[in-house]
Amino acid sequence: MIHSLFLINPSGDIFLEKHWKSVVSRSVCDYFLEAKEKALEPEDVPPVIHTPRHYLISIYRDKLFFLSVIQTEVPPLFVIEFLHRVAEMIQDYFGECSETVVKDNMVMVYELLEEMLDNGFPLATESNVLKEMIRPPTILRSVVNTLTGTSNIGDTLPTGQLSTIPWRRAGVKYTNNEAYFDVVEEIDAILDQSGTTVFAEIQGVVGACVKLSGMPDLTLSFMNPRLLDDVSFHPCVRYKRWESERVLSFIPPDGNFTLMTYHVNAQNLVAIPVYVKQSISFFESGSGGRLDVTVGPKQTMGKTVEGVMVTVHLPKTILSVNLTATQGSYTYDNGTKLLVWDIGKLNPQKLPNLRGSLSLQAGAPKPEENPSLNIDLKIQQLAISGLKVNRLDMFGEKYKPFKGVKYITKAGKFQVRT
Amino acid sequence: MLSMSTNNLSYNDQGGTDSAVEVGQETTPTSSNAGAGFGLFSVDFKKNDDLKEMLESNKESLKLEAMKRVVGLKKLVYVYLVRYAEEQQDLALLSISTFQRALKDPNQLIRASALRVLSSIRVPIIVPIMMLAIKEAASDMSPYVRKTSAHAIQKLYSLDQDQKDLLIEVIEKLLKDKSTLVAGSVVMAFEEVCPDRIDLIHKNYRKLCNLLVDVEEWGQVVIISMLTRYARTQFTSPWKEDGVFDEHSERAFYESDEEKTRNEPEAKPYMMDPDHRLLLRNTKPLLQSRNTAVVMSVAQLYWHLAPKNEVSIVTKSLVRLLRSHREVQYIVLQNIASMSIQRKGMFEPYMKSFYVRSTDATHIKSLKLEILTSLANEANISTVLREFQTYVKSQDKEFAAGTIQAIGRCATNISEVTDTCLNGLVLLLSNRDETVVAESVVVIRKLLQTQPTQHSDIIKHMAKLFDNITVPMARASILWLMGEYCERVPKIAPDVLRKMAKSFTSEEDIVKLQTVNLAAKLYLTNSKQTKLLTQYILNLGKYDQNYDIRDRTRFIRQLIVPNDKNGALSKYAHRILLAPKPAPLLESAYKDRDRYQLGTLSHTINTKASGYLELSDWPAVAPDQSVRNVEVIEPVKEWAPSLWKTGKSKPAKSSDDKFYSDSGEEEEEGSGSSSSEDGSSSSEESGSDAESRVENSSQSSEESDESSSQSEKSSSESESDSEKKKRKTKTPLQKKTVKPTAKDGDSDGNVAKEASSSSAEESSSDSESDSDAHTDSDSGTEHKKKTKSKAKPKVEVKSKKEVSLLDLGDFTPAPVTQLKSSILSPSLLGDLEGMSLSNVSSTIQVSGPAFVPEKSHDLLHRMTGKGLSAQYQFPRQPCLYQPTMVSVQISLTNTSDHPLEQIHIGDRSPTGLNIHCFNTVECLEPEASVTVFMGIDFNDSTQAANFQLCTKEDHFSVSIQPAVGDLFLPITMTELDFRKEQGKLLGMNESSATITMAAENMTSQPISRPVATVANLGVVPSGQDDIHRFAGKTASSGAVVLVTVELRESSTALITINTEKSVMGSMLLRDLKQALAQA
Repeated sequence: MIHSLFLINPSGDIFLEKHWKSVVSRSVCDYFLEAKEKALEPEDVPPVIHTPRHYLISIYRDKLFFLSVIQTEVPPLFVIEFLHRVAEMIQDYFGECSETVVKDNMVMVYELLEEMLDNGFPLATESNVLKEMIRPPTILRSVVNTLTGTSNIGDTLPTGQLSTIPWRRAGVKYTNNEAYFDVVEEIDAILDQSGTTVFAEIQGVVGACVKLSGMPDLTLSFMNPRLLDDVSFHPCVRYKRWESERVLSFIPPDGNFTLMTYHVNAQNLVAIPVYVKQSISFFESGSGGRLDVTVGPKQTMGKTVEGVMVTVHLPKTILSVNLTATQGSYTYDNGTKLLVWDIGKLNPQKLPNLRGSLSLQAGAPKPEENPSLNIDLKIQQLAISGLKVNRLDMFGEKYKPFKGVKYITKAGKFQVRT
Repeated sequence: MLSMSTNNLSYNDQGGTDSAVEVGQETTPTSSNAGAGFGLFSVDFKKNDDLKEMLESNKESLKLEAMKRVVGLKKLVYVYLVRYAEEQQDLALLSISTFQRALKDPNQLIRASALRVLSSIRVPIIVPIMMLAIKEAASDMSPYVRKTSAHAIQKLYSLDQDQKDLLIEVIEKLLKDKSTLVAGSVVMAFEEVCPDRIDLIHKNYRKLCNLLVDVEEWGQVVIISMLTRYARTQFTSPWKEDGVFDEHSERAFYESDEEKTRNEPEAKPYMMDPDHRLLLRNTKPLLQSRNTAVVMSVAQLYWHLAPKNEVSIVTKSLVRLLRSHREVQYIVLQNIASMSIQRKGMFEPYMKSFYVRSTDATHIKSLKLEILTSLANEANISTVLREFQTYVKSQDKEFAAGTIQAIGRCATNISEVTDTCLNGLVLLLSNRDETVVAESVVVIRKLLQTQPTQHSDIIKHMAKLFDNITVPMARASILWLMGEYCERVPKIAPDVLRKMAKSFTSEEDIVKLQTVNLAAKLYLTNSKQTKLLTQYILNLGKYDQNYDIRDRTRFIRQLIVPNDKNGALSKYAHRILLAPKPAPLLESAYKDRDRYQLGTLSHTINTKASGYLELSDWPAVAPDQSVRNVEVIEPVKEWAPSLWKTGKSKPAKSSDDKFYSDSGEEEEEGSGSSSSEDGSSSSEESGSDAESRVENSSQSSEESDESSSQSEKSSSESESDSEKKKRKTKTPLQKKTVKPTAKDGDSDGNVAKEASSSSAEESSSDSESDSDAHTDSDSGTEHKKKTKSKAKPKVEVKSKKEVSLLDLGDFTPAPVTQLKSSILSPSLLGDLEGMSLSNVSSTIQVSGPAFVPEKSHDLLHRMTGKGLSAQYQFPRQPCLYQPTMVSVQISLTNTSDHPLEQIHIGDRSPTGLNIHCFNTVECLEPEASVTVFMGIDFNDSTQAANFQLCTKEDHFSVSIQPAVGDLFLPITMTELDFRKEQGKLLGMNESSATITMAAENMTSQPISRPVATVANLGVVPSGQDDIHRFAGKTASSGAVVLVTVELRESSTALITINTEKSVMGSMLLRDLKQALAQA
């Protein structure tokens, strides 16, 4: 299955290689680097590249390329999904996934990769199992390790792999037993020039932070599960219970995990929390143009819209911008032609506005299309779909846990066409 | 959410206790030990000197400590070893003996990792050692070690392909494994080593389907893709005969998704094989997996296997994947592109999900465009075109050009909009951007070619634009159009040629070629006006720098200008140059992609990847279905005909348990991985069967004749087999072949008092042959035939006498059993079993209820409940919410004339009572009723559970009073285990009574019926006709309850109950006395 893995930074240096079967020369990466040169953006590199003897499947994530070498037929998603798990695991262990972090923890990364695959077939990809075998670093431990010359290899044997619920260790113990759930909803939308919704849907994630002793069996129910159009679960969730009763019944992993993701039916009207009044125009003469953007609250269910940010990819021919914002501040990077207007909290009394002039490079033609605006926003204590958690019950353990639910609405891919 | 670091800290607090739990020994984790691993890389080499001593010491704790250090050592040394073994073979060989020793370690994790490293050392010389290690590990009692051995199979195979046959034997054995841990890995090995040996799958097909939900995600992907291939060879096509897909019926299907699915099989003459249905049903929940690869593999399974109208259930999930990472989107979109060409209806409702965002990567954009084009139809074309208008203006010019091509495709596919599209494209000709204009010209040319009769005004328009267009391809296209349709624009074409003559030298090659073409065509149709121009151009071309152009010019000149030498060809010049040309086809690049299985690498790269396995066409006639039958089912019917249990795999398990407990090993659930369990159980059964039926003496003698001849054959077969093995492996297998034989002989002796000597002989020889791990599939089928042939006459005989038997027989006909058991969530049961294991020794399995009394009790009468009436009933299933609870089924009916709202459970007493409430019933319409489930922990007492049943307005106090028999869960165990347990529960824990039986209860069959009615107990197979045994455990505390009914002379019977819950015991005794005496 997965033959080898190469980690490559944006400038094309291979800084880690790992082989699970026989060794493949790193010259195989040349095909990839060639494709990378051709692509304008790193995102545009094709994920699957066919070379005479191998197949290269790569992902681009956190400014790093994870490139795997395949020799025989295998579902490409299988590899892609695994590569993302590797990235997540590095993130999980070291707090971020970057070249420096990988280089600093080279030994542990190798150990992790060794455990994650056996002969190219995933062996232990559950973070819980891995953490039992290889302990994540902490400041304290790294100090101790330097002084005593010890390592992070766990001195316990990995038992999680043996259990029927590999995502949970036995014998977990906490003094404070707590279970917190975050319902995070993202609005994906495309609005057209006139502000009409071309397309809108809500994608939600129920994240959890469960720190409970023993083997708790949790049941989470919603007030209005019918809203959910499509769902996907962490492996711990029992499908049949969901199908028959629409409740989430599960023995949770220890710590942070994503319990479920869901999709709210696009046929239902999706409330769009903000409206954007914009006009971007370029003079026929081609010397410049004007930009005028106002953002205001729309259907906010009485909550405050926070963290509003407008991002615009201006056309390549723009030379400079001269704008004034009534609220917040804007930055413009002439290299990437990226205009970012950070508004912050939305005040219904005094709507934030950004206006001013754009100047084009001399002799450049008038841009054909106006750039679209990408909106970012956040609303605390609101799930825009109206989804509500009804109750959380715990079985199998005697103590009383602290429980909590938090709702957040965010903008996902929220785009305003102009 | 809390931060990472705190999480880590708390995790570390647990480190120590954890190991103690698992290994069950006192350990002293010190901070220094693990670091020893790095000693190799630093100076303090001596730190490890004591390792050897520790390893060889007798003290378990020391050994363990050392092992941990070895495991710690392992990490880097192993990585190093495996990486460089191939290059430095001699050095690597030095390490082998260490691993060989570790392979025998009592700790399963150490055995596993030793095998893992050993098999990763790619040195050909150790192949025999690896082979031996794999074989041993494949019959290891730990499923984790067996999983590792499945991985090792692939490694060995890639190292030495000559081992194939031996490895297939191991695969065959591991395929029979019932552990979810092993399933994924062994199927992976199967796919790698012998994907063509589809016959190995037959017997394991149903098991794999049923296990699937519980297998880890990566294994699921592999199993699903293997089963897809399997199903295509074994079942007939569920698609309509004509093969043409009816778009309308499909859209109609959309509205009533669920109903149709259910009605499906009856509606058509085609009947789906139940196994085919089983696969579809068991994979469906996996569409909800978080793993995108799993979702995709289920989607492709449905695409390739499901009836056409069921495929669309995967749509939603595929669309969901589009929210995932960019790379995932890429693959999923590719597959959707292939699907949407054949089945527009599937994705049409989700069309908006394919709208392009300016932030999408280029390859994502073009795929979305592709899909939108495929989805466009008469109804939605206007929306699509409006969307396309936005895209055309995109700053990404490559994408804009792609959009124009897409518009062209829409125009050809949907004749209603051809004109609109053409006009739109013509408008684009005045676009400022060259690429857009050029692409439009090219597309317009293609469109015009498809309908050349009209549209001469468009050609004129393009001629006008010609001066402004600079992109060579576009100019060439216009010139070609002019030439091709020069008769429609007789005035303009010569003028264009005139202009071209002027600028000829400065044009690009492609434009020059088309100019020469245009000149030639005009010369043929309108030589009066263009003769001189043509000659001029031909002269220019004659001296061009490019040889292509010089060649073309020479060719054209010879062709069109008549002279003496070539008269023959120039006669045909008109027909050669102005022949009607077929219109180009505007079609998707994904049109034929689906020749590759969806979701595969080959599909993505559109070439056959190495190792790609073709998906075969449906067979015209289904191969024999019975190959998938597992023998075990048959004996169940005969040998515990009444109330044994519904699970199909249980009998095998029990015999397997016996097998292990006898040889003194600690058993794991489902650890018996060999064919011997199936085989030996069936033989044992058939043996004891033959013995217990002495009444039908003639028949039984016939049987024994038949089967003894059979056993002779199979034993000779298996002997040669085992001979072979003895030569290669010397250890445990051999032991095993002997042990069960002796044991079986023993138990048979006990069981069958009246057994004739011949049959005893038969049974022993039989079991001998079967306990060999490698029973041929041949002998397996023989067994089956044998049992079958026996089964038939017997059922006939019985059916006359005992109607009740047939009733219950309905519980367990082979195929239906499968369906029923799969409805119960295997994952749930798995979890439950996992939890209850701590209470009960693992030889004892909770099984399904033998009998569920229909009787329901009033919970709330409609008069007192103001219209709400409630009844409860004990379904006798293990409670889903918590294993200690008893599940209660409550049916609520609204007999009033107004809807009742918010029916839920309120206060309860005693307050400590642990109830799992049902979900609030939001509204119950008049005359409607609803069934809900709740769980109550009765704490092993018959004290009633009191609680309030509330509606929005009222509260009603109700109580549920369980009978003592409902507080049990049936368990299955072997007779041997039963006696063992019974031995532990004597004295205080035993209560017994002698009763006089009612006459009709004297025959053996019905005795289990009244017992099962009274209490939820499982039947324990008994060798004696007059002793019946039943076993169960209490729901709450899991205490074992054993019931023995011994029939005595003159219709008396002795009832003995052994349980540590003596109160329950005496209550049960009272109930049983009543039931048996009165019936």
